[in-house]
Amino acid sequence: MRNPQLDAAGNLTHLLTLEGLPAEVIVRILDTAVPFVSIAERDVKKVPLLRGRSVFNLFFENSTRTRTTFEIAAKRLSADVINLNIGASSTSKGETLLDTIDNLVAMNADMFVVRHSQSGAPHLIAAHLNRTRRAHVHVVNAGDGRHAHPTQGLLDLFTIRHYKQDFRRLRVAIVGDVLHSRVARSLIHGLTTLGTPEVRAIGPKTLLPTAVRTLGVQVHHDMHAGLQGCDVVVMLRLQSERMRGALLPSAGEYFKHYGLTPEKLALAKPDAIVMHPGPMNRGVEIDSAVADGARSVILPQVTFGIAVRMAVLSLLAGSAG
Amino acid sequence: MTRKADEATPVALPDAEQTLASLADRMRGAVAFDAKFVGIYSGGAWLAERLAQMIPGEHPVGYIDVSFYRDDFGSKGLKPEVKRTALPFDVEGATIVLVDDVLYTGRSVRAAINELFDFGRPARVELAVLVDRGGRELPVEATYTGARLAVARDLSIVLSRLADGRLALAAEGGHA
Amino acid sequence: MKIEIANGRLIDPKHGVDRVATLFVAAGKVAAIGEAPAGWSSKRTIDATGLVVCPGLIDVAARLREPGFEYKATLESEMQAAVAGGVTSLACPPDTDPPLDEPGLVQMLKHRARSLNQAHVFPVGALTVGLKGEELTEMGELAEAGCVAFSQAEAPLADTGVLLRAMQYAATFGHRVWLRPQDPHLGRGGVAHDGEVATRLGLPAIPAAAETIALATIFALVRETGVRVHLCRLSTAEGVAMVRAAKAERLPVTCDVAVHHLHLCDVDIGWFDPQCRLVPPLRATRDRAALRAGIADGTIDLVCSDHTPVDDDAKQLPFGEAEPGATGLELLLPLTLKWAAADGVTLPAALARLTSQPAAMLGIDAGHLAVGHAADVCIFDPEAHWTVEPAVLRSQGKNTPFLGLEVPGRVRATLVAGQVVFES
Repeated sequence: MRNPQLDAAGNLTHLLTLEGLPAEVIVRILDTAVPFVSIAERDVKKVPLLRGRSVFNLFFENSTRTRTTFEIAAKRLSADVINLNIGASSTSKGETLLDTIDNLVAMNADMFVVRHSQSGAPHLIAAHLNRTRRAHVHVVNAGDGRHAHPTQGLLDLFTIRHYKQDFRRLRVAIVGDVLHSRVARSLIHGLTTLGTPEVRAIGPKTLLPTAVRTLGVQVHHDMHAGLQGCDVVVMLRLQSERMRGALLPSAGEYFKHYGLTPEKLALAKPDAIVMHPGPMNRGVEIDSAVADGARSVILPQVTFGIAVRMAVLSLLAGSAG
Repeated sequence: MTRKADEATPVALPDAEQTLASLADRMRGAVAFDAKFVGIYSGGAWLAERLAQMIPGEHPVGYIDVSFYRDDFGSKGLKPEVKRTALPFDVEGATIVLVDDVLYTGRSVRAAINELFDFGRPARVELAVLVDRGGRELPVEATYTGARLAVARDLSIVLSRLADGRLALAAEGGHA
Repeated sequence: MKIEIANGRLIDPKHGVDRVATLFVAAGKVAAIGEAPAGWSSKRTIDATGLVVCPGLIDVAARLREPGFEYKATLESEMQAAVAGGVTSLACPPDTDPPLDEPGLVQMLKHRARSLNQAHVFPVGALTVGLKGEELTEMGELAEAGCVAFSQAEAPLADTGVLLRAMQYAATFGHRVWLRPQDPHLGRGGVAHDGEVATRLGLPAIPAAAETIALATIFALVRETGVRVHLCRLSTAEGVAMVRAAKAERLPVTCDVAVHHLHLCDVDIGWFDPQCRLVPPLRATRDRAALRAGIADGTIDLVCSDHTPVDDDAKQLPFGEAEPGATGLELLLPLTLKWAAADGVTLPAALARLTSQPAAMLGIDAGHLAVGHAADVCIFDPEAHWTVEPAVLRSQGKNTPFLGLEVPGRVRATLVAGQVVFES
């Protein structure tokens, strides 16, 4: 089955997931993001690359953060940005998801940035566009259910590469609710594709998928053991619903066993970096001392996130469709 | 590089180092003392560095990558390597000499000027090129020119930097 | 009408017939096999040279979508689909709207089906009122109205106390209880098998234990009461093993598998193909292998289509939101033939899973060709391949994972009660 993200020439035409993307495509995106970082430092933070193009932010699941960074990225490329917050009432008017897409394409949308609570929604849209011969309209997955958040994965990879350079000698720990995390899945795929020798998933059994090892990670239920000698520690957000779903007894117990404190961080390498996709639950998965400490690169992640998204939008817009 | 078998003679290219010397001669005494040299990657960047050494005065060197300002993005996409535009001086009110290796259609220069203006409003912008090969598609002219050439449309003139730092001109392409 | 079906390969699994012979039909029944009866003159001769002539197929699970879901499909279109697929008798589950928990609804359905003069319809009645799992239905009345069995369709019955009493009450009238082995809590919210594919795709998962726990519960209740149970849509390797053990123990259980699960597994979901959103979910390759072995060695008694027409608007949605189910009446025979060819199962053995076995389980006089009995006949070309396309399917449900694929076995004619109801 052909990868729906790549066109016949093997160029990226949609960004749906990092899984199955050739390493050179991932590296190309990271390399393209480098010059975009410096644009943020200029007075005029705009380049005319996407002038005349329309980027539609289709958010079926609310997220001010992600939507805002995509909006900033698109506007810095001089694109026109239209925000559609469809929220939970997407079918309230009886219009199906694909009908909505067809209508927007008729309004000359060039690109859809889609966030949806269901895994596979962006794939459905991309398949529909490919099937109806409108592959010049590109889809960027801004997060679908538990499945993937490829731009987050890419900005995490960019951050790690910025501070650590070579993936092939790293030990990376991902701590928390991997079961429900599209961020974790995307990062794991990216890391394994780029040759990271050791990726560790750390969490209680209730928060790790049954077949998690098949993703290519080592499993640790003991955070002390899991953090030993790590170069990168990625903390995942714990959502409060997990307590209600009989997955965890309390935030307090979670913090005791899986929260990142200075003491636990000391088990990792002395120059290890701490990452978090945000927003943080201070005192639940991460101690403020660590979040605000010298090893935290959480704020640079945000800056890199805009550059990475600019790179993704540019590469897609520049591909022959 | 492929050539048609019946093509009469190879293009006669001037020696890059000699042409650079001619260009520097023309610029010496003509450019402002505090003109900033901004080289367009990659050939223009090497030239800007050399000229800054060869021409007396205070000539800080900046670099510009025009990838994000080109007018052929829609058809050609982003080129694989985009370098970082670095201008370590204030563009506002400055006298700038844009430096490029080959002046052809004029589109790269147009892109460079657009990009420059996103950094500020220069007092004056001049253009120095090593080789002017004609074939303009926009109303752009060089202030300082090293050499003029007439070249077939299907050939590219390329500047390269050799291991010992010397510059060299070559022609690439030809009938397929 | 006197019809002669000439020189076809006559296969009748129940009577062990597999030879080239002519079938003679008169007054709705089989008049003779092989030799014409004395004084015979045919009104019509069907040349079945090179074709297989077998009993009309019996599909124990086909959703006709009436009453209540007429926008998805109607009796007209689905009965057409049935006979186009060579199916002459079918059982439909009670999950209509309203559910088949009232005798009046059952009578209306049977009346509608009869008036169309196509396949015989055997409704399965609701085990509990509204399928809610709380109160028993009037099973005696429903049986008189025409129900052949009672089931909960896919609705869960979590209260084992109610389940036990429902099973016992159905047994009072001599009927089997059809149950889906699905624990309502373990599978809750899940849309895919709990394995590698669901992990990668980030889909909420249903573990195999959801089936095995339910099977264990059902077997325990069967041991206590001796009630006859038919297990619907087995999907796991562990489940097949448990049924094998239960049968060795001589528990009165039968079971079926949906024909799609003999062919597909969770990997076929690919990039979230909603056509593969099925209940039970497509499981791993080892489960598929066990199901194929199970139907071959008789642990699984019969194959059904689990025919579920779904409109495009309800299918073309993100995987977890897509309505589960696939169209199947016209693919039951081809997909069974495909399985049989791949696993080296003979044609008579394969056809038994679609004729004599379902008839035995339903307790009806069908699925065989015997002089004096109803002439429900399927005539098909086992060598003809065809491509599954929406235009070719007569069902209103065009939702199938096999779209665009080539399948073997083309029905040439179908007879119900001695009348030709389909010809191609």
